[in-house]
Amino acid sequence: MNPKEAVPGKVEWLCSKCGLPLEVGKVEVGYLGSMFPVDLYKCPKCGQVFVPVELAEGKMAEVEKLLEDK
Amino acid sequence: MDQEELGKLEASCTQEQPPACAAACPVHVDVRAMAAAIARGDFASAAKIFRKSVPFPGIISRICDHPCQSVCKRGEVGEAVSIRALEKACLDWAKEVSASGFPPSAKDKRVAVVGAGLSGLTAAFELAKKGYSAEVFEKESRLGGSIFRFSREQLPEEVISADLKALEKVGVTIRLSAEAGRDMLIDDLCSDFDAVYLAPGEQLAGELGFGLDAAGRWIIDPLTLGTTNPKVFAGGAVRRPSGNRSPIGSMADGRRAAISIDRFLQKVSLSASRSSEGAFETRLFTSTEGIEPLPATVMSDVSRGYSLEEAVSEAKRCIQCQCLECVKVCEYLNSFKGYPKKYIRQIYNNLSIVMGHRHANKLINSCSLCGLCREVCPENLHMGTVCKDARGIMVEQGRMPPSAHEFPIRDMLFSNSEKSALTRCQPGKSGCNHLFFPGCQLSASAPEHVRKTYGFLCEKLEGGVGLMLRCCGAPAEWSGRTQLFSDSFGNIAAQWEAMERPRLIFACSTCYEIFKTHLPEADIVSLWEVLDRTGLPEGVCENTVPGRSLAIHDACGTRHEKHIHEAVRNILRKLGFAVEELALSGERTECCGYGGLMFFANPELARSVIRKRIAQSDSDYLAYCAMCRDYLASGGKRTWHLLDLLFGAPGEDLANRKGPVYTLRREHRARLKDALLEELWGEEPMEKEKYGRIRLRITDELRETLERRQILDSDIQKVIDFAESSGAKLLNSHTGHLLAHYKPAAVTYWVEYEAAEGQFTVFNAYCHRMEITERAS
Repeated sequence: MNPKEAVPGKVEWLCSKCGLPLEVGKVEVGYLGSMFPVDLYKCPKCGQVFVPVELAEGKMAEVEKLLEDK
Repeated sequence: MDQEELGKLEASCTQEQPPACAAACPVHVDVRAMAAAIARGDFASAAKIFRKSVPFPGIISRICDHPCQSVCKRGEVGEAVSIRALEKACLDWAKEVSASGFPPSAKDKRVAVVGAGLSGLTAAFELAKKGYSAEVFEKESRLGGSIFRFSREQLPEEVISADLKALEKVGVTIRLSAEAGRDMLIDDLCSDFDAVYLAPGEQLAGELGFGLDAAGRWIIDPLTLGTTNPKVFAGGAVRRPSGNRSPIGSMADGRRAAISIDRFLQKVSLSASRSSEGAFETRLFTSTEGIEPLPATVMSDVSRGYSLEEAVSEAKRCIQCQCLECVKVCEYLNSFKGYPKKYIRQIYNNLSIVMGHRHANKLINSCSLCGLCREVCPENLHMGTVCKDARGIMVEQGRMPPSAHEFPIRDMLFSNSEKSALTRCQPGKSGCNHLFFPGCQLSASAPEHVRKTYGFLCEKLEGGVGLMLRCCGAPAEWSGRTQLFSDSFGNIAAQWEAMERPRLIFACSTCYEIFKTHLPEADIVSLWEVLDRTGLPEGVCENTVPGRSLAIHDACGTRHEKHIHEAVRNILRKLGFAVEELALSGERTECCGYGGLMFFANPELARSVIRKRIAQSDSDYLAYCAMCRDYLASGGKRTWHLLDLLFGAPGEDLANRKGPVYTLRREHRARLKDALLEELWGEEPMEKEKYGRIRLRITDELRETLERRQILDSDIQKVIDFAESSGAKLLNSHTGHLLAHYKPAAVTYWVEYEAAEGQFTVFNAYCHRMEITERAS
């Protein structure tokens, strides 16, 4: 689940709380007992992540479906 | 579902049964496949199919007594297909077919066959093909036995000799002019060979040294063709009274004997699993309704048989027997490209696997459970019951995909929450004889109708009319959540008991069905029967045009409630409408796509169900279930709810309206409760949660997207409430928009928004089920 695939170029989102631009970093995601690390944009300080709509409706939905049928 | 149950269910679907012709043929020539190949001009494939079942195709295609033709379903619509003539044609017009397969490994057992008629030669051929050394003893000086009784025109000698060459190819040894009983004794054959097949035609049993039963018949087991001597088998013409000759029957005996001898020599059971050998009556149902009657194709030259073109034309008359009665009427069964027998096996496998991909989840969750399949099935197989039971097992196993039904379950829980559930007796009455249960979807779709109907019932019925606003629990039942359903329904039953068991009046056919099934002691009636009896509200004809016709879409929940169908039609006639019946109506009605939560598990399928249903008539439709109305209308069909005609404002074109979006459906229920509480019972409505006061601005375009994503305004309000109070949000340096996410329960919602002048403009909202672990670095 590479965030760069979903949002080409640099993201324009800043963490509103920390005032910092987001950076790509490892984030744990999981569903129905399966956990795995993925690269997502997140705030380097507080860890707040950014999930773009393309990712939520694309790869994430795909993996959800796969895990639901497993 | 255990193996036994699976077997029973699978057996109820006859689609895989052979067609009548193949079942009646004692060697089961696959006539349907052969005719299909000829019909497309593929004579080589047709010949291959034919040859697979008969060792001497040239002979049998000329002299077969064709029991297949008398049972041919085409005979019900025109004349039976000339199957024997097609068999001959496929040999005549196929290019040379090369022998296929490898020679079997030779076995060290020897079998003697007495008699070189069709039966003996078939047995010898089959045994030699299996690798046995087969030796044929024939008293005459030529092979063929009674086939020489047929005229040379019908059965030319060159056809016989060409066919019998097959014996040489498989290495059968022939002893001509060798008469059993005279030239050699059966006892000698028994000691020289490992097994013996007696097929002496009409030669007397006594001559062979064999005993007869009291009636003077050979003692032959019809299943195995075994005799009193375990090494000796017998069949062919000896098994048939004279004058009752059957070339194909003799051939079938030869094959049956070869199977028995092979089993005998391999020392395995002679009788196990042989029920499908020989002729039988098929259970395959095939409807000939709507098939154009056609006479048999005429042969221009009878002595030569069908020309190539004539054969193609005759083969095209084969109706390719199959059942598929349910698949023909059900879009769900059709969409998975199979038929119940296949589906039941897939469902069973889905429930049984421990590890791996569960391919049938969608199959199980897409059925509307409406039961139309059972109505049209000659064996009454109900796929809805199979799917519903499977869902229950999946929930029990913890294997139900959360995304399949969670949204409608949340909707049900909302309907039954304090926000919209209400149970009261009629204001000013101490008790109530009746209790009106409008159903959660009528309150969601047309709350005004609930209010007006309730007022009308209070006015018309004696002894007080109570009101119960909530969901009957159907979504829980449909989704296999047995516990949730019984908790929810138990609550309803307790309230009904506390009100001293009033008569229940339903405006929703699903509620009616749920109560009928789960509270059989209750006195229940549909609103339509009540209105038919009490008379209709005054001045209701404003929306009607006398003589105009409305096509009735019966709700699938009322499938077996003829009295409800009649009440609805009576009301329509009283209103001056002409009643139009759709092809599938009454007990054969179709589901609108909501039943069984089809729309949530498989929205594409539900849309196609709706499209198919609304294409059946150009007239406006009339529904008497709120969900049916809204679903049919969602496909662009003008659809009235029966209450639109009774309580709609004069001149209001309610048939044209789209059903409210999910958010509005909830709001309607909540507002209806609040308004009725205040107006009728003088009670204060509940206070809204803090997030509920957040004012949103959402464009119509985004509304559609939110509807597809099943995102409610309350979900968005919760995200904004969380973001604004915690400060956890992202800021877009370019647009200035804010983006925040929040997970109130199982789903994480994201909202892109902007705050201005006390309200929030929403630019986008989306969601996912995967959980994200957010940690500060």
